[in-house]
Amino acid sequence: MNIVCAGVSHRNAAVDIRETFAVGPHEMEATLEQVRKIDGLAGAVIVSTCNRVEYYTASVCPIRVLDGLRGFLEERGATQLARLYTHDSPASIRHLFRVASGLDSMVIGETEILGQLKQAYAAASGCGATTRHLNKLFQNAFRVAKQVRSETQITRGSTSVGAVAVDLAGKIFGDLSGRRVMILGAGDTSERTARSLVSRGVRTVIVANRTFDRAARLAEEIGGMAVHFDNWPQAFEGVDILICSTAAPHPIVTREKLEPLLAQRNGRPLFIIDLAVPRDADPALNDLESVYLYDIDSLEHIVRQSLDVRRAEVVRCEKMIDHHVRDFVSWMRTHNDHLS
Amino acid sequence: MDGLLLAGATFCLLVSFGSTLFTLGAGKFRPGLVNLTAILMGFALLTADLWQRGQVQGSCPINSLFDVLVFMSWSILLIYLLVGPAYHLSLLGAFTSPLVFLVLLVAQLGPVGPSATGRFTRDPWIELHASLTLIAYGAFALAAVAGLMYWVQDRELKRRHAGALLYNLPPITDLGIANARLLWLGFCLLSAGFAAGFISGMQVHGAKFLASAAIWACYGLILLLRRARRLPPRRTAAASMLVFGVVLLSLPAIQYLSSPK
Repeated sequence: MNIVCAGVSHRNAAVDIRETFAVGPHEMEATLEQVRKIDGLAGAVIVSTCNRVEYYTASVCPIRVLDGLRGFLEERGATQLARLYTHDSPASIRHLFRVASGLDSMVIGETEILGQLKQAYAAASGCGATTRHLNKLFQNAFRVAKQVRSETQITRGSTSVGAVAVDLAGKIFGDLSGRRVMILGAGDTSERTARSLVSRGVRTVIVANRTFDRAARLAEEIGGMAVHFDNWPQAFEGVDILICSTAAPHPIVTREKLEPLLAQRNGRPLFIIDLAVPRDADPALNDLESVYLYDIDSLEHIVRQSLDVRRAEVVRCEKMIDHHVRDFVSWMRTHNDHLS
Repeated sequence: MDGLLLAGATFCLLVSFGSTLFTLGAGKFRPGLVNLTAILMGFALLTADLWQRGQVQGSCPINSLFDVLVFMSWSILLIYLLVGPAYHLSLLGAFTSPLVFLVLLVAQLGPVGPSATGRFTRDPWIELHASLTLIAYGAFALAAVAGLMYWVQDRELKRRHAGALLYNLPPITDLGIANARLLWLGFCLLSAGFAAGFISGMQVHGAKFLASAAIWACYGLILLLRRARRLPPRRTAAASMLVFGVVLLSLPAIQYLSSPK
């Protein structure tokens, strides 16, 4: 029995090509039914996400199955079939283990793909399209992904500025529920960051913007309250996270303004996220006790650090995967019956 | 068995410390089964050692500096096992095991003299006073550990460098809370220990009384200032480390003044 994988991904096909291969959830069962009719094919799992469309099949005759699959895809309207990559076992096994571990993802180490693979497998298994070999393969892939995640740093840190800001807020405050956020300057990035914080349980969002209407609109959208820009120091009491992104040409959050406000805080931490260029917060604020100031460069630096750490971990992950591929291949050799 | 139990406990703490260093070195520290098992085994062996020496001495085995250091190590582990999980501060164990390991090492290899060998008969109130005081020191030791963790996390956050420590240490707010609560716990135990001492009516050397009162007053002052919002968490953390350092340094003198002559 061979495991054959054929597909397109973000690595070799642009979205306009990938979308011609895509299989929506509503058509998954019917598509699996049709694929199973391909001569020589014993079972199949179709993985269709925004970054990849892949067919994992079990077959005793890989060449015949691949020909059948090409014909099937052509009939479905897939364009540029020349882009289709194919792997026979053991390369196909390695490929699935890499995909499940996030090594083949656009952002290395992302974990969403594992959930998508589980859904794809559940859909195929649910309509009886899997075989013993495919069952074992996918269960192993899930196990490998779990091990790679827990024993390496492939998922360490966050890979976007907003996510890093939320992570840091967690490292300062722990539970974010009940925390208060103030936004100075209603820009897109500050809005996204505030939304991420709200999704993590932040209780109150106060928006201050030069144009009050824009502040009011954003406050309404994210369930906060708007204040006039000049009144932000008066509304500052109880604020835990300050997000700045105004277009001011000079710092508006200065030591002179902040120190009297900090005196009432009893050392409660203040997290300042300065997304503005030129910067809104005086860099010297980071020297104040219990104040943690991160500007856009420091946040992007952490993003790069996380990506570097993840890239450096790939070699360790590959070694783990090699080991599991060998195990699976030897299992296949001992269970190489045509009926499975 | 003499000394074997203690050597075993020290070895367990070394394993816990080593496992922490290894996992931190790998950049991913999750306090795992090895760490917890080593600490639990160390605690069990220390308990057995104390029980054995308690049988020999016919009293709570705190009759020499050696005994005091071993009892204090046991107290630190006891408080850790009680409060670590409650505050979700399992990483506290990573910082606790090297401290206990060092104290045990000093007890066995340092110039502290041997364990007391005679039999000691004392008023139960004095026994209660001494043991409560040492358990309070265990809580203060853990407060100092939490304070150290607070400082490390503060430094990581200020440096804006997302290293393994930043990701693996607990949130700084939680560390500040744990530091303050451990100080309160230690202070209450110390006060209870002193109350037991007063009830016993024991005769105390003037210098020992002054040193003990100064330590009690220092911790009381830290907590008073903290409660009055005059001492921010970072300074509370620093003060808890500083005062505990003084406690450790003054321990030989206090023990000398209070050991049975």
